[in-house]
Amino acid sequence: MSEAVAKKFMFVNRTAPYGTVYALESLEVVLITAAFDQQVALVFVDDGVWQLKKGQQTKGIETKNFSPTYRALEDYDVEKLYVERESLEARGLAEGDLIVDVTVLPAAELGALMAQQDVVFTF
Amino acid sequence: MKFGILVNEGPYQHQASDSAYLFCKAALAKGHTIHRVFFYHDGVNNSSRLTEPPQDDRNVVARWSKLAADHGVDLVVCVAAALRRGIKDENLAPGFRISGLGQLVESGIQADRMVVFGD
Repeated sequence: MSEAVAKKFMFVNRTAPYGTVYALESLEVVLITAAFDQQVALVFVDDGVWQLKKGQQTKGIETKNFSPTYRALEDYDVEKLYVERESLEARGLAEGDLIVDVTVLPAAELGALMAQQDVVFTF
Repeated sequence: MKFGILVNEGPYQHQASDSAYLFCKAALAKGHTIHRVFFYHDGVNNSSRLTEPPQDDRNVVARWSKLAADHGVDLVVCVAAALRRGIKDENLAPGFRISGLGQLVESGIQADRMVVFGD
């Protein structure tokens, strides 16, 4: 399965962590891609920024709180996490509200970054 | 060009599967190759052979099966997403196979372009 050349994979997360299964199942692909020794970057835009919000409590909806997984990503050498500034600001959030260290970028710079990727998955 | 395809939505509820199918047909007609179609999230429901649409509607599942039969397109259903939603070998339509997410990543590595069809 080993490939000589690693490709640049980017995962664009656009949805809130609960309400739909996209965020959870996206994380599963991220972990598998890292296991394939590919270059992995994650982007959080729109309601996707809520995925990284501190203090998630899911007992009331009887759903697993998977947000600790984002903190484990660095163990898989997934360290490139980008958050769109406009999405954060539109929701009254700041970098300090997030459970992991991220790079906050304006939309235009994120777009330029996307253009450099080999594979872009949107969830 | 060699395309990898990802389908993230189920049949009928959403147009993603229709668009993906039409894209594959058009790409093949132009002489391109479809490396694999991977079904994820509710997209796994595109593989249920128990699907029975009304006669005056398109049969989304059968259409995918025919594409596999006619062009040898590899239709792969994510095992974890499938088991969550009651898709197993016993109700899998012809031409589909159930496998792991590694098949999606491998498709991303092998294909020249990965095209995602979702919400």
